[in-house]
Amino acid sequence: MRFRAKIVDVACLNHFTRVINTIAKLAKTCTLRLTVDKLYFILTDKVANGGVSMWCELNQGNFFDEFQMEGVAAEHNEIYLELTPENLSRALKTAQNAKTVKIKLTNKHCPCVTVAVELPSLSSSSRIVTHDIPVGVIPRRLWNDFREPSVPDFDVSIYLPVLKTMKSVVERMKNLSNCIVLEANLNGEMNLKIETDLVSVTTHFKGLGNPPWVSEDGSQNSTQDRDPESMAEARIDIRKLLQLLAGQQVNPTKALCNIVSKRIVHFILLHEEVSLQYFIPALA
Amino acid sequence: MRCLVTGGNVKVIGKAVHSLSRIGDELYVEPTEDGLSLRAVNSSRSAYACFLFAPLFFQLYEEGSLDPDGETFRCKVLMKSFLGVFRSLPSLEKMVEKCLISLNPRASRLVVQLHCKYGVTKTHNLSFQECELLQAVFDKELCANTLRAPARVLVDAVVHFPVTLAEVTLGVSPAGKVSFRNYLDEETEPSRTMVTELCLSEDEFQDIQVQQQSHVTFCLKEFRGLLSFAESSNLPLNIHFDSPGRPAIFTLSDPLLEVHLVLATLSDPNSSSQVHSTTLQARPANGAFPTATPDDDFTGDDIDSYMIAMETTCEEGLGLPSSPTFPQRHPHPGAGLESQSSAMESDLEGAVPGTPPQKKFRSLFFGSVLTPSQAGTHPGPSQDVLAEDSEGES
Repeated sequence: MRFRAKIVDVACLNHFTRVINTIAKLAKTCTLRLTVDKLYFILTDKVANGGVSMWCELNQGNFFDEFQMEGVAAEHNEIYLELTPENLSRALKTAQNAKTVKIKLTNKHCPCVTVAVELPSLSSSSRIVTHDIPVGVIPRRLWNDFREPSVPDFDVSIYLPVLKTMKSVVERMKNLSNCIVLEANLNGEMNLKIETDLVSVTTHFKGLGNPPWVSEDGSQNSTQDRDPESMAEARIDIRKLLQLLAGQQVNPTKALCNIVSKRIVHFILLHEEVSLQYFIPALA
Repeated sequence: MRCLVTGGNVKVIGKAVHSLSRIGDELYVEPTEDGLSLRAVNSSRSAYACFLFAPLFFQLYEEGSLDPDGETFRCKVLMKSFLGVFRSLPSLEKMVEKCLISLNPRASRLVVQLHCKYGVTKTHNLSFQECELLQAVFDKELCANTLRAPARVLVDAVVHFPVTLAEVTLGVSPAGKVSFRNYLDEETEPSRTMVTELCLSEDEFQDIQVQQQSHVTFCLKEFRGLLSFAESSNLPLNIHFDSPGRPAIFTLSDPLLEVHLVLATLSDPNSSSQVHSTTLQARPANGAFPTATPDDDFTGDDIDSYMIAMETTCEEGLGLPSSPTFPQRHPHPGAGLESQSSAMESDLEGAVPGTPPQKKFRSLFFGSVLTPSQAGTHPGPSQDVLAEDSEGES
């Protein structure tokens, strides 16, 4: 099992750092899956996470100048690691003006992801900072736990409002209640509602648009039969929603959510080189 | 005492107070003929700092008359109160034209008066306590290793460590490699904690003198406090250190100002240079030092021996070469003695609970004030008697 990668371009480094910062805000520990072409940050829906799951995919070619990966075996050419993304975020934080950043899998006192940053300095030789981040190697027999979640059979799919606006609305609501109701219909309307004994607050968004989904067999999606005015709703933990919105450092190219009434909300945020899916289960 | 600070020097005093506030809760103020000294020490006696401003730093410097015993007046004030006067450095810079610090022993206040723009004068009357001499005994000439670098280099070095990191290990080798690494104490699990190491080459230093490979571990918080002062002063920072366990001394100097920061370093239980059998528990972060079995020698360590240790050093101290900034003091005769030694005792008792139990730094050695008769009654010991906290960790 071997992994070595190098980033030389400052813009790629900044972008990669931003992705890591977003992941760090969403999960305390997660799984990093390395394949020949991609990196995945995966969080599976364990009770400890509040049932939340996350799937984030990056094309390695968009970030790394060099990328060498040798998986656990020839026919399973992948590596699965458990790590704390906050550590990676910290290591990259002070590396933004680096000449090069190398990331490799090493075995120090335990398996580690080592981030070696070469920084410019006034002297002839560069300054080197190394960060050894302990990781856990996930054995092959557990790899099945980390499969890509399928798109649920949703009732409504709708584009999200501008995330910054949505975030400031949710932030204020957070002070009033722990749960928020997210409802939307096929007419491009979405409401965010909180209800407590003393007060209820609703914010209405209109004209959002609904993404066209085509199912695999080419037939029309069953949602076409649905009454466009009828709202699908789910009551979710407001902090989880805020974590997702607050972690976004750059506006995504596309942002949408799929609502399975009273069951789950599936968020999809697409950037040019990164895709992020986030599932928040509905509360009882 | 009256000291008048004007212009840009007001901000320098402000920055010095900020730096000292990272160390201790009380600010010791002492006007001497060499200048005004501001000092602080932390509760576990593992960090000490002294800023000595020469008379020429001030537009007006009057040391004040000596008291009938021939001693200059010294006092301590609450750091919080003094810092409050200089809290906002940007507004100090913008608004304050002059700062007058005056001390009148007969009145009961230390007066800090800020003369600001637009005819505004802010007068702060701070209450003070008379206090014993606060003086760490150390000699940088005795340190085997010296580094000198612009503060900028060191600031850039520690930026890679998290703000919450408690201790950092500085390593040097005769080949000219200098490294900083975060220290993992025995409570942290190595398989879960990120280890960060920064290597600097000798070219980045203005001076390196290293006798043999060594590592010392000290508290980062107090070091950062000094670094932020050093960075704004543009002076190069000197680091003098020796083997683990012996204090590390950080200095800045220019004709008008001398700064000393002395930090205790973690001792390496297996170090051959260790004189004492009281050991510290220091599990190696990276295998560099072998794991030590705890040696609990604290049963014999009680307040009396601590007091004796202090007397001893005072006696020894008279024989040590004196550092130019800290002239040796004559023992303060009898009358105030009882209150002073009980003050020390209560300081000690107060110090014990304040010491974080898992950090066994050797406390720095302070000269005490005793009559010559008391000072004479003990065996000649080694140069630095290091007093452990009587709370032992098993």
